[in-house]
Amino acid sequence: MTQAGVTDRDPQDLVELALEWRQSGKSVALATVVQTWGSSPRPAGSNLVIADDGSFEGSVSGGCVEGEVIRAAMEVIRDGRQQMLEFGVTDDEAWQVGLACGGQIQILVEPVE
Amino acid sequence: MKREMLERLVAARRKNQSVVLLRGLSSGRQLLIDDMGTYGDTADVPDELLQRAREALRRDGAVTVEIAEERYLLQIFSSPPRLIIIGAVHIAQALIPMARIAGYKVTLIDPRTAFASSERFPDTDISNEWPEKIMPGLSLDCRTAVITLSHDAKIDEPALRAALESEAFYIGALGSKKNHAKRLKRLAEHGFSDATLARIAGPIGLSLGGRSPAEIAISILAQIIQSRYGRED
Repeated sequence: MTQAGVTDRDPQDLVELALEWRQSGKSVALATVVQTWGSSPRPAGSNLVIADDGSFEGSVSGGCVEGEVIRAAMEVIRDGRQQMLEFGVTDDEAWQVGLACGGQIQILVEPVE
Repeated sequence: MKREMLERLVAARRKNQSVVLLRGLSSGRQLLIDDMGTYGDTADVPDELLQRAREALRRDGAVTVEIAEERYLLQIFSSPPRLIIIGAVHIAQALIPMARIAGYKVTLIDPRTAFASSERFPDTDISNEWPEKIMPGLSLDCRTAVITLSHDAKIDEPALRAALESEAFYIGALGSKKNHAKRLKRLAEHGFSDATLARIAGPIGLSLGGRSPAEIAISILAQIIQSRYGRED
């Protein structure tokens, strides 16, 4: 069921959305939180679904790394190869796209065939 | 992810089945495990992996496990928690959309058709049966919350009795302290022990101080969430 204004969907609805988008002819990538260390806003198993037209639903963090995940998803959609992304305060990139909460997360970004 | 895996996952979800989706993080192996069987890259699956996946089926969220030098992500898709609401009152109108956003599958029960109408409750799973007739068929399990809001003992109490005989993780009843005491007395006459009756949250909801239907709905939903994760006040 879809409700206007609700963006933080349940992972179960998100896989359904991934299938819907795929069936409507879009190219789609699925991002999943694999593991978290320390304080991080979304638990393992959280999903973000990204389509090649730039639309996305769900979340893998409190909004801190979604931009970078969407960028990686576009690559994954183009070359069809999954990527493992890691974000955390120890990362050099963290100042731009890290987690403000000081946690660490690992995210799998995979193409939906 | 392979399209057929996604299709199978969505189909299982629609039937409210619990499913584990398994990915080998370097091998790219994909497996889907439900109560019926194992699908996907099923050749040479380590027994330990299947064992861990079956254990995972009972939980929520996701875990990673390492078996034979491969790391696997086990993502669990369990059936959504359910909220059974008895009484199609103003508070229910506020509560239903909130509960849905929080991930609950909602069923509304009220034999009074003027109250439980699809005009007042659009897109809602409504039953106009009497609770004593419909509740036994709802298989209230440990992922179900039951609340009574009708203020009518004829409607609320049979529902509470059914809930008390079930494994429902949360039971709440709207009503003042005075009315709740009377209600407990009547329920005790049906043979429920004090310990069993203590399962009913009454007066319902966390004490947030709000008075409007929406504020009361938030206090009820907050208490349901608190109870689901085993936290105390």
